Amino acid sequence: MISILYISIYIALLAAFTGYEVITRVPVILHTPLMSGSNFIHGIVLVGGMIELGLATTPLEQAIGFIAVVMGALNVTGGYAVTERILQMFEKGKSRKGN
Amino acid sequence: MLPDLYDPVYIITILFFIVGLHRMSHPKTARSGIVWAGGAMALAVVVTFLYPGMHNLILIIVGIVIGGSIGWIAAKRVAMTDMPQMVAIYNGMGGGAAGAIAAVELLKSTAVLSSSALAVTGAAIGSVSIAGSVIAFLKLQGWMRQKPITYPGQQVVNIVVLLAAIAFGVLILFPHVLGFSTLLPFFVLAVGYGILMTLPIGGADMPVVISLYNALTGIAVAMDGFALENFAMVVAGTLVGAAGSLLTLLMARAMNRSIGNVLFSAFGAKEEVTTGITGTMKPIQPQDAAVLLAYANSVIIAPGYGMAVAQAQQKVKELTDLLESKGIPVKFAIHPVAGRMPGHMNVLLAEAGVPYDRLFDRDEINADFPNTDVVLVIGANDVVNPAARRAGSALAGMPILDVDKAKNVIVLKRGQGKGFSGIENELFYADNTKLLYGDAQESVGKVIQELKKL
Repeated sequence: MISILYISIYIALLAAFTGYEVITRVPVILHTPLMSGSNFIHGIVLVGGMIELGLATTPLEQAIGFIAVVMGALNVTGGYAVTERILQMFEKGKSRKGN
Repeated sequence: MLPDLYDPVYIITILFFIVGLHRMSHPKTARSGIVWAGGAMALAVVVTFLYPGMHNLILIIVGIVIGGSIGWIAAKRVAMTDMPQMVAIYNGMGGGAAGAIAAVELLKSTAVLSSSALAVTGAAIGSVSIAGSVIAFLKLQGWMRQKPITYPGQQVVNIVVLLAAIAFGVLILFPHVLGFSTLLPFFVLAVGYGILMTLPIGGADMPVVISLYNALTGIAVAMDGFALENFAMVVAGTLVGAAGSLLTLLMARAMNRSIGNVLFSAFGAKEEVTTGITGTMKPIQPQDAAVLLAYANSVIIAPGYGMAVAQAQQKVKELTDLLESKGIPVKFAIHPVAGRMPGHMNVLLAEAGVPYDRLFDRDEINADFPNTDVVLVIGANDVVNPAARRAGSALAGMPILDVDKAKNVIVLKRGQGKGFSGIENELFYADNTKLLYGDAQESVGKVIQELKKL
């Protein structure tokens, strides 16, 4: 039986290629939202923080897990709000041209 | 009993992330891209509450509410000009969370060697990412000097700290040797290395650094995902790691420098002695600049970090509208590394309402300069320095905007100082260049007033 670690590595290889391919031809205008959007996506770390805190048994594990959840949540909401604000402005610019 | 819902939902999450990221790479669909990714994230967070054996649920919710509301409110309130440091600090938070997760995982000690090794790697990268991002934040926020901070023996100190961190990291893998007493020094050293390696990196190199730490956080998250056997984290982290690495390379290439050069050379710390520049800097008054613009057939504006500092983008937009009402077409020439984060100028001009089809990349617009009557350089310096075309200059080989080939160049500049690179800008001495001294916002305002009088 193939171990879960090796399966993970296969998956990561494909994911790396996908990440590279998806943004290869991105125009310069979208560099900031793309960076900030991928910044938001690594906010998935929040899920890891939740699991660590959820399964924590000692007070030390709880404390560190709690910090992980707070930081992860900051990453998620902050990353989302920043990206959305930036993209909203690009839409604004586009619609003004139509006027 | 409920079947395990979380894995099927994580698969949907990942699918939405990929679709979202893909949509974010085209201007027309970009806005919907972040909504897709956001929905995916909400799903993943909700379903994680169903993970087997979860307790401390109240604590988790409290943590999410605290972190979530701080992140949301700060991101909504911050001025657009402060975006680079916000991106840096949120990225650092992700790195910190990845480091903390790895720490808990290592404390549990039940893990097998391979998964501890992954956790240690995740911990190291996450710690470097949060420490480096915080330093980048402090520099961009102006709470720390933007110029490279250097001292004798810096590289040696950095390498020693890095090696020590790695040594303690290896010791963690064999807890029977020293127990868990190695965890604390390991984290201190890793965080210390993150700080030390970011100190000598200057403000103008921040586009590379921010996107590098973004990629590093992604990789740290993927490592944690391996250790936790959580595929959502593995895939999302790797996606970001790859996308971020690509963006980092693009930024470094836009300066014709390697990532290593950006990180380790303390670029801009020394001022170069200039030789062989002929000519003088010729000042121009706002009314003369207005006349030049009013009788031009075409105008290109090349903005740089100075426009962001002076918050001049609204005035620039006003000037653009005024010129276009007189029938003079205006284009914007955007250098990929102008400003302090990738795409910084695009964001500021979009905020001011400049339609994005007026913004042109270096490659798209360089051929237009020779046929352009007036180029306005607003707070840009190294990215328009013709010294880059000359071998032997510290900027040699850096692709630049060829503004010096235009018929007239007006440079809006605060004073007579050099650019970030510390290299004298030959453009300022050229015969076709005039300098309009003063704060960029005020200067553009004066030009607008004079134009209205004509």
